[in-house]
Amino acid sequence: MLEATGLECQRGGRVLFRALSLALAPGDVLRLAGANGSGKTSLLRILCGLLEPAAGEVTWQGLSIASLREEYSKNVLYLGHAAAVKEDLTAAENLRISTRIAGVSTTGKSILEALDRYGVPKGLVRRMSQGQRRRAALARLALSASVPVWLLDEPFTALDKSASALTEELVAAHAKAGGMVAYTTHHAANISDRKVIQLDA
Amino acid sequence: MKLFWYSSPQTFYPLAGTLAKWTGALAVVLMVVGLTIGFFVAPTDAQQGEAYRIIYIHVPAAWMSMFIYVVMAFWAGAGLAFNTRLSAMMARALAPTGALMTFIALWTGSLWGKPTWGTYWVWDARLTSELILLFLYLGFMALQASIDDPRRADRAGAVLALVGVVNIPIIYYSVQWWNTLHQGATIKRSSSIESTMLTGMLVMVLAFWMYSIAASLVRVRCIIREREAL
Amino acid sequence: MLETARCIVHRDLLLALRRRSDVAIALLFFVIVASLFPLGIGAEPNLLRAIAPGVIWVAALLSSILSLHRVFEADHADGTLEQMLLGAAPLGVTVAAKTLAHWLVSGLPLVAIAPLIALQYDLDAALYGILALSLLLGTPVLSLIGAVAAALTLGLRGGGVLLALLVLPLYVPVLIMGAGAVEMAAAGLGGQGQLLLLAALLVVAMAFAPWAIAAALRISSE
Repeated sequence: MLEATGLECQRGGRVLFRALSLALAPGDVLRLAGANGSGKTSLLRILCGLLEPAAGEVTWQGLSIASLREEYSKNVLYLGHAAAVKEDLTAAENLRISTRIAGVSTTGKSILEALDRYGVPKGLVRRMSQGQRRRAALARLALSASVPVWLLDEPFTALDKSASALTEELVAAHAKAGGMVAYTTHHAANISDRKVIQLDA
Repeated sequence: MKLFWYSSPQTFYPLAGTLAKWTGALAVVLMVVGLTIGFFVAPTDAQQGEAYRIIYIHVPAAWMSMFIYVVMAFWAGAGLAFNTRLSAMMARALAPTGALMTFIALWTGSLWGKPTWGTYWVWDARLTSELILLFLYLGFMALQASIDDPRRADRAGAVLALVGVVNIPIIYYSVQWWNTLHQGATIKRSSSIESTMLTGMLVMVLAFWMYSIAASLVRVRCIIREREAL
Repeated sequence: MLETARCIVHRDLLLALRRRSDVAIALLFFVIVASLFPLGIGAEPNLLRAIAPGVIWVAALLSSILSLHRVFEADHADGTLEQMLLGAAPLGVTVAAKTLAHWLVSGLPLVAIAPLIALQYDLDAALYGILALSLLLGTPVLSLIGAVAAALTLGLRGGGVLLALLVLPLYVPVLIMGAGAVEMAAAGLGGQGQLLLLAALLVVAMAFAPWAIAAALRISSE
């Protein structure tokens, strides 16, 4: 159960939002909506612990995430704007390393399966297009069923229809299995949003 | 908990103004007294003649330069630990004064060197340590100047200041040892110091101390005005 | 925890292997800088022999600064650094692993190349051992302290020059002890004292630097 109470965020001298509270229970899919610059990315970063809020706190199972540090991080999958893949490695190598760093156990077979599902080509990431890199990054979703909280910042950017559909499918399946997802998007995503938070009200 | 009440920039602003006026006035008085003792009252040094009188500026400046760094690191650390904005602002305000003290120490040290050894610079252990201290101050100021986001600038500066303060004793002792290895000239201090000389020096230390407080408070008021919508 | 550390070291070594030229350039810089001094000062053999330890150490310092940006910048640029901040291992362990990998790629080779430069300067062959040992103990300290500065200056405009300004004062003790060890040995006084002090600096750096680096990374990533 991920809870946030009284969050306030200041960036570049402006207050983006204040007194914001939310709760993510197992099975929840939360969409963060708002125009550019309304603080969606900042809110996601506060939720995963990369950014400290100006006020308020975020708790995981009742304990503050600031005190939990990596105990909390183990339970989070955060995919930000950047693809977070190393150009000089293959997609498979990238996946093996990123899952290992995140503490998710995988086998060589499961990695190849995940990359196949997303249709990621073999070879160095340097030779892939933007869309293919994005797919390589998102392939982590297929391996992260054991990670309860998914925080996805514009996951559908640069994706074509089939990859978008697959991502929506994975998100829905994760929620159904008791996981929690919070995401932002500018595209119309075909996920049944139980909750929506509008950030520039 | 009056202390924490004053940790709000708004409440500290007027207090800083009053304190600055008083310490500034005190600094002027002490400076006049100290320089009178140092330049006119204290006797001529047996070994170095009149030229030694520059130590009445050199030594207090050097002591203040080191003292201010420690205070700066203290406020920076407090800002990092307690998340108080004013502590970080105080650290930022202290740096230029500390750098000035270091510069004065180096400059007067250099002026002292000319009549005493014939050169404007000697790689004396203390002077060399002062030079490195100047670089530490400038590095701190440069880092804060390079970061646009004030919060990141405060916290990054704090980490740097803390790393610096831990390193200062290490730097000082290694430079000391380096100096003995290469047998450079040392600024000799007479083993017994005459009481009027000591008085003059202490008065000057106090004067520099009051000046530093006044200057930093004026600067922190500027920083408060810049950052808070007062 | 050790699994993650091993994974990160392996990753960074693999990346360095695939970008061999970047690594080679920093090492080449080491050799070039050392070659400049005789050109500037004159090639009188006694003079060169006397300044050799200092020159090699200064060149090692400058080369280390040149390669420091590589520790975190690339990962910061493509987003992988954030993932490490959100990793399952304590951040101190993660950064220690990255610094170790950086030293293996940029510091350890200097130990191997230094004898070549010592040869150029006609340094007494008996001193090669202590020179290599001083570099072996000192270069990890340079990597550790440098990583703190690299983490603080992550993504800033001032970039490499600012990093140099921040880190050079902090490098002074290592330089003094490292070059001093060789000079003491050259004078027949034995450099063990300085080597022990270097070892002490290394232990202290290994104990405290990772936490400073971790704090700095968190600050720079907000």
